[in-house]
Amino acid sequence: MSMRKPLITFALAFGFCSAAAFGQSPGSQTPGLGRPISEADIRAWDIAVLPDGTNLPPGSGTPAEGAAIYKEKCIACHAEGGKGGGAPGAGPLVGGEPLTNGIDTAKTIANYYAYSTTVFDYIRRAMPYPAPRSLSDHEVYALTAYILALNKLIGENDTMDAKTLPRVKMPNRDNFIMPYPDRI
Amino acid sequence: MSLADRRGRAPSLEPVAGNGLINRRALLGQGIAIAGAMGATGTVTGAGAEPLTNEPWSLEFGSTVPAVQTPSRFEKDVVRTLSNPNGEFRNSHARTPHQLLNGTVTPNSLHFTITHSGLPDIDPAKHKLVIHGLVRQPLEFTLETLSRYPLVSRMHFVECAGNSAPMFSNEPMQVTAGAIHGLVSNSEWTGVKLSTLLDEAGIDPSAKWLVAEGADAQFLDRSVPVKKAYDDAMVVIYQNGEHLMPGNGYPMRLLLPGYQGNMNVKFLHRIKVVDQPAYTFFETKNYSQVLPGGKTWRFHFLMEVKSFITHPSFGQNMKGPGFYAISGVAYSGAGRIAKVMVSADGGKSWGEAALQGPIHEKAFTRFVMPWRWDGQPAVLQSRAWDEAGNVQPLRAEFVAARGETTKPLTTPLAFPNQHYNSITSWGVDRKGEVSHVYA
Repeated sequence: MSMRKPLITFALAFGFCSAAAFGQSPGSQTPGLGRPISEADIRAWDIAVLPDGTNLPPGSGTPAEGAAIYKEKCIACHAEGGKGGGAPGAGPLVGGEPLTNGIDTAKTIANYYAYSTTVFDYIRRAMPYPAPRSLSDHEVYALTAYILALNKLIGENDTMDAKTLPRVKMPNRDNFIMPYPDRI
Repeated sequence: MSLADRRGRAPSLEPVAGNGLINRRALLGQGIAIAGAMGATGTVTGAGAEPLTNEPWSLEFGSTVPAVQTPSRFEKDVVRTLSNPNGEFRNSHARTPHQLLNGTVTPNSLHFTITHSGLPDIDPAKHKLVIHGLVRQPLEFTLETLSRYPLVSRMHFVECAGNSAPMFSNEPMQVTAGAIHGLVSNSEWTGVKLSTLLDEAGIDPSAKWLVAEGADAQFLDRSVPVKKAYDDAMVVIYQNGEHLMPGNGYPMRLLLPGYQGNMNVKFLHRIKVVDQPAYTFFETKNYSQVLPGGKTWRFHFLMEVKSFITHPSFGQNMKGPGFYAISGVAYSGAGRIAKVMVSADGGKSWGEAALQGPIHEKAFTRFVMPWRWDGQPAVLQSRAWDEAGNVQPLRAEFVAARGETTKPLTTPLAFPNQHYNSITSWGVDRKGEVSHVYA
């Protein structure tokens, strides 16, 4: 991809940086102390998933598989059926009032999240709360499928994987306004 | 003006607005003006001072100095407000007690902190920061290598997007300025410009966003526009001259001056350069604002112009009629503070406060307004303008645009909404008791 573009492109775009690519030289304006590392060596940390599905891992899971994992690893805090309240701070994973109810309406997966990839990403990076990043990718797909099905955002028999997950249309996606597009 | 001239000259105590506000020029020869103000109404107590005596501490050898000094034992109540004092297994917040502080720099021990997964115990010798993704060469940095760069120091506030959330309550909560506004603090931050590091990695022209991630238990991450990264972002390693506090991101954090606190990713260990925002959990859920009618602002980021009075404020009762200096802090994520107006009559009339320089951009500026309280009820307010022309909205305007709760909040720890930047009003009654009011 574009990472392999000739160096001249970067030299034009970012003036003084080209010296750093070759280590220190008399004309270099940055110290160039960053140590080269390969993408392969970053992989253990490289878990952020983008909304178009970029960086979703191989694997898949179904709501039924997720229900079994949920009973074992999630229910203590998030309670039966994702109702929440089993532990301080463990909010509901299911349902949600319409956001037209008021500015302090609790934001949930069903009433708020714009992209289903956020559900997968957050379970993978942060859950279970006492043991983050202990779930396999298969388990994360299965739990994501279970929660999306609880919210009736997918069918009971739908399988979630790198192809199907980004295609789940979240109900609130079109209700966001960008007040300051010039900042991006 | 010579001292002799000053001594011989009566200070000007020209009123500039209703209910006793005095022209800020009275502060120019401060000691004299204050003495004059006292003279105009008698002394504060109305009684003369007592004869002096030698106190015990001046008659004996004191203690030897410790390696790290801590405040006087008499300052034991100057502490942060905690959201999770019993250490429950959940997030925790600590709010800066602004009503007990002055100046513009927040002491490191009192800087606000929010953590969603506890504070990691990071060994700085093992901590790494990688920059990768749409770059020519992925790079790894350590605290040692970053420390060898030419470091820059900047004064900046950091404010949680949920700061001042109790102000969304439809009735004013009777809590301190720190309990309401304590999720903002101001420090001198020292570190490396992020653009320097990105240039070394060589970012691709197609890159529009960074995903910045911390080394905490959640790998907390936020999407940051490349535009902001090249504007004024830094990777900071020092806070007011010493290495960062654990609660503020030790050993390194992202600093995005003026942008919501959560984006200033603490324990920064990875920056991935990408072509689209990640819609991470925290930018999806917590740190966004539902508007009346149900729509939501996306990628709001910038903390708007704001001010609040810290002295006097809730819990600081007045000691009788006479001279007082109303003071507080003003700041804006859009630049420098240009002007602060103060009212003592609930917004009917306003006088311009003195600003204490130097005025840094995206940083606390302290304002001071001389006031002679006549012992009658008063409502104190401040309203700030920034150099970009933004003005702090009046409460009625703000509530019309952004809404309020339908029932009163029962705890100041709740976050009914985000990005409150309207006016705070402190009511003073005849006894001098200060309460929180809406006006």
